[in-house]
Amino acid sequence: MAIGWKRKDLLGIQDLSVDEINLILDTAVSMKEIASRDIKKVPTLRGKTIINLFYEPSTRTRTSFEIAGKWMSADVINISASSSSVVKGESLKDTGLTLQAMHPDVVVIRHEAAGAPHILAGLIKASVINAGDGAHEHPTQALLDLFTIRERRGTLAGLKAAIVGDILHSRVARSNIFGMQKMGMQVRVSGPATMLPRYLEQLGVEVFGRIEPAIADVDIIMMLRVQLERQAAGLFPTLREYSKLFGLNLDRLKAAKRDVLIMHPGPINRGVEIAPEVADGPYSLILNQVENGLAIRMALLYLLAGGQAATNN
Amino acid sequence: MRILIEGGRVIDPANNVDDVLDVLIEDGRIAALGAQRTARGAPPPDRVLDARGKIVCPGFVDLHVHLREPGREDVETIATGTRAAARGGFTSICAMPNTSPVNDNQSVTEFVLDRARKEGAVNVFPVGAITKGQKGEELAEIGELVGAGCVAISDDGMPVMNAEIMRRALEYASMFGIPVIQHAEDMHMTGKGSMHEGLVSTELGIRGIPAASEAIIVARDILLAELTGSHYHVAHVSTAEAIHLIREAKAKGLHVTCEVTPHHFAITDEAVRSFSTNTKMSPPLRSTRHVEAVKAALKDGTIDAIATDHAPHTIQEKEVEFDYAANGIIGLETAFGLGMTVLVEEEVLTLNELIARLTCDPARIFNLSKGTLSVGADADVTIVDPTREWVVDVRKFASKSRNSPFDGWKLRGEVLATIAGGKVVWQLEG
Repeated sequence: MAIGWKRKDLLGIQDLSVDEINLILDTAVSMKEIASRDIKKVPTLRGKTIINLFYEPSTRTRTSFEIAGKWMSADVINISASSSSVVKGESLKDTGLTLQAMHPDVVVIRHEAAGAPHILAGLIKASVINAGDGAHEHPTQALLDLFTIRERRGTLAGLKAAIVGDILHSRVARSNIFGMQKMGMQVRVSGPATMLPRYLEQLGVEVFGRIEPAIADVDIIMMLRVQLERQAAGLFPTLREYSKLFGLNLDRLKAAKRDVLIMHPGPINRGVEIAPEVADGPYSLILNQVENGLAIRMALLYLLAGGQAATNN
Repeated sequence: MRILIEGGRVIDPANNVDDVLDVLIEDGRIAALGAQRTARGAPPPDRVLDARGKIVCPGFVDLHVHLREPGREDVETIATGTRAAARGGFTSICAMPNTSPVNDNQSVTEFVLDRARKEGAVNVFPVGAITKGQKGEELAEIGELVGAGCVAISDDGMPVMNAEIMRRALEYASMFGIPVIQHAEDMHMTGKGSMHEGLVSTELGIRGIPAASEAIIVARDILLAELTGSHYHVAHVSTAEAIHLIREAKAKGLHVTCEVTPHHFAITDEAVRSFSTNTKMSPPLRSTRHVEAVKAALKDGTIDAIATDHAPHTIQEKEVEFDYAANGIIGLETAFGLGMTVLVEEEVLTLNELIARLTCDPARIFNLSKGTLSVGADADVTIVDPTREWVVDVRKFASKSRNSPFDGWKLRGEVLATIAGGKVVWQLEG
């Protein structure tokens, strides 16, 4: 490997260098090999403690971190805000310092407020992994997306991706924009004008008001979940109209490249942003994304918790 | 009590004075300017302050301070807030009405003035509420507020969203010759936003507050100022668009004035990338384009005054996630240093202009008989060293609160001594 890992925390893609992203993706390749074995348990992180601190509901990310940690023999503890001292009004600072006193090696945090992992990282000695902070970043999702694309195409540089949907509120979109651009990909976005944050062009992103031209000649289409609560906020009139204008269905897909890859960070709204035939179709990578999430999270836990070489055990 | 301030360069923009002069203070008033030591038959002063090589100017006037008393004495009191003012060179401060209870009736005004007389280090001028409870629904008893000593009215923190109420407030206030101060912000547009809407908010995924949110209210209010002929004052103006509207209104001859805070000329929304909650305030830190517009408006006089919007908060109100943090920062003790370091060093303002924006200009627009060293005026005097370097250390502040984004900044220009009503209320040691 060209470089070693030097960071205490993984807070976002925006701060990572290309070398660091490559190191994570390359490490994940060996981790995926472990995940394909009959017996997946390796002793790499034996004696290490990982805390999943989740302030927002999550199925795939929390489970993925938990399984990744357990396959590497770490002790994994799950805390969800609804069943913790948070409901008694404990601040993030006090929760962080309390957990710190129990000497965890890694704290994985998901929080509805942007920057919460950054605050936590400044307070505690343990490594902090951002598992999604508000609409800011979701770095492990972007890394597993990059891993999945690279696995399929062998390379990232030169590929074109279109991210479609509620860009304004999407941490997945932000981390992927930063990550894809760093890796030499071109990024387009499309969605209702009310859900496209301004100034994206200044980041080098091409913005499309309509989905058809956005997906016309791209290698990857990444659909984002649309949330009903955005309708109440006045950002779109109805799910029906949203689906009509921005849903990815077989008809729209005809205009795309024949070998286009379809991605979605989940959970999906079947029949809203993505038609069932597309989600379950031959070019859908949705379940590969979930599977590769394990390898990426194993790689990150390994790099951050400073375990012994994983592949030799 | 006779105090002689000796040998300083006296800058008094109100009287167009800039000369090396002695200043003699007698019984709380400016008694004389000139060569006092040699004045024939003059009795010796009780105290002599050596100001050689220093600047002697009128005490600063701050149109926008939150003293938090009554109600939030845990974050600031009239005693501590006025000491913070003294330390920053301010001898007159306007106290915003968003206390608990709100200063929307004369008994609260009287309480604030009584406390200030007993415990205050500098002059306190209360600002009354525009509407009862700052709810934006019914006018407060503005006549009684003015009678009790309020110098202006504002629902600060809460914009008056209803144009009809704002129109009536402007009309009603005109009977008493006081300005109506607006915290200009369209609350529907602001929504749950917690920083300026721009490239940085797009990258950070933090809900943005567009510049238009401020300008829309300023535009509406300027139309109302024209309709009523009343005095409209924009608090803490922060956007290029609002400044443009104010400049046009002034050119038309309307009675429209405004102030800017030091943080809105000293830092941009780039500071929010740290997620430090001391970069969270209302209005939010804006992008470079707006900061440049603020500077240009200070230079051409569109912005009348520098006011701090000193907003103390407890540590626990700030040591939280950015979205959840309280808005505002303390500003009294860093205002002059920031003015020197940012505005004078960058040649946006001359030293004399900076002093004018801190003294006679704010006093004039609020009709306060302050901000001057005229013989016979109240002896409110500030002595500064415009080139002395110092490092901001919030632990040394007189304010009860510590929420400043400038902690650790190296500034040029320090307040050496402050005299309010003929009493030395602050003197830098060493």
